[in-house]
Amino acid sequence: MLSAADLDTIGLTLRLAFTVTLLLLIIGTPIAWWLARSNSWWKGPVSAIVALPLVLPPTVIGFYLLIAMSPDGVIGQITSFMGLGTLPFTFWGLVTGSIFYSLPFVVQPIQNSIEAMGNRPLEVAATLRAGPWDRFFTVVVPMAKSGFLTASILGFAHTVGEFGMVLMIGGNIPGETRLVSVQIYDYVETIDYESAHKLSAIMLLFSFTVLLVLYGSQRKQRQLLNL
Amino acid sequence: MDKFRRENIFPAIYAFLFLIPVSGNTEQTTIAVASNFNGAMTKLVEQFERQSPHRIRVSYGSSGKIYAQIQHGAPFDAFFSADQEKPIKLEQNQRIVPDSRFTYASGALVLWSTRLESVNQQSLLDGKFKKIALANPKLAPYGLAATQVLDQLKLRKQTLPKWVQGENIAQTYQYVYSGNAELGFVAWSQVIEQKHAVYWKIPETLYDPIHQDAVILMRAAKNPAAIDFINFLKSVEGRAIIESFGYRSSIQ
Repeated sequence: MLSAADLDTIGLTLRLAFTVTLLLLIIGTPIAWWLARSNSWWKGPVSAIVALPLVLPPTVIGFYLLIAMSPDGVIGQITSFMGLGTLPFTFWGLVTGSIFYSLPFVVQPIQNSIEAMGNRPLEVAATLRAGPWDRFFTVVVPMAKSGFLTASILGFAHTVGEFGMVLMIGGNIPGETRLVSVQIYDYVETIDYESAHKLSAIMLLFSFTVLLVLYGSQRKQRQLLNL
Repeated sequence: MDKFRRENIFPAIYAFLFLIPVSGNTEQTTIAVASNFNGAMTKLVEQFERQSPHRIRVSYGSSGKIYAQIQHGAPFDAFFSADQEKPIKLEQNQRIVPDSRFTYASGALVLWSTRLESVNQQSLLDGKFKKIALANPKLAPYGLAATQVLDQLKLRKQTLPKWVQGENIAQTYQYVYSGNAELGFVAWSQVIEQKHAVYWKIPETLYDPIHQDAVILMRAAKNPAAIDFINFLKSVEGRAIIESFGYRSSIQ
């Protein structure tokens, strides 16, 4: 059915999506928390930066990442200084790019559910002597559960489907940066439509299932995304 | 303001459309062109339109995508591919005007760097680079040519771990331009206009010619604009423009 090379691309894509989703939950949650509860002047600019990937073409993001990650670029100099070398054409380069690229899909649902919660539950918890970490894990996480779930699924699915940015900073290296989307593109370009159809069908089914689960669970929760 | 009721608007629009002047023998043609030929084609169209009443609309894209679009009835009169394979396929499927396929340009391969002082054959043999960029040989003729050069110099095995592949030569160019790859196989046409580009023009004995073919599609069999434009490309003037952009042109 599928070639070994195809299975490799699927494995790599899933590994990337899991890694990115996990890191995004760790990075995105504090940002969402701050955006939901802050009244600072910085809220506008930070919201705008988080939402940028929604409006910028992926290839544009990829092109600037490629320059920023180059040996002379800002990110490139930091990674070289840390002894990590440069990021383009590596798995961790894709992780870095994807974190920026999928950020709004994770931050916004969490932010929305924290905003919907309001201050009251936290105030009540505080009067009952719950510390900040305790409050976060026993009050915020359970109450904003649907936001976290939505964020995880959207971040994961969006990373699986990304293409333009990956083309720019990936370099199409088997087992390292050759994702499913790149493999499909290669098949189409070489006029091997049969193989392209097979892989695309799998991706389509996957995406549809993910979204079905997401919206099915949301109907129960009645907490719709404001994306 | 009864005058602006809706039913009055359409006649007004029609009247306006007819005000656009249409001279008797002007024809329009829509051509699809491989992205790598963008610079040269812009100039060719400009020159052609100066001396002809006809108008050319150009749609740029990857050869593979254009091919797929043509197979599904895209409204293109002519197709300028980045390779020979796709025009030949269209010819075999009898989608083109018989005998209209010809080589409009041949590419030259260079090894280019933005990080090294000088580039020559020795730069490859030394192996003093972390990454070498080439276009995906499965997709791009320039990529295939690059692998032929590496094979000729018996360097494929040695360099393979350092390969980074762009989907096309535009992307390969970006890998080198941004300094992420110290060396890269790109088209001569991409570096010809740079003042201080450091590159090695690879001897043609090391790779098969990179021919780019064009075809006139069946729907344009009687379109004078398409036919005139192709003839302009084959003229001395058209060929001079193509060559000035870093391609070889040897139309018989």
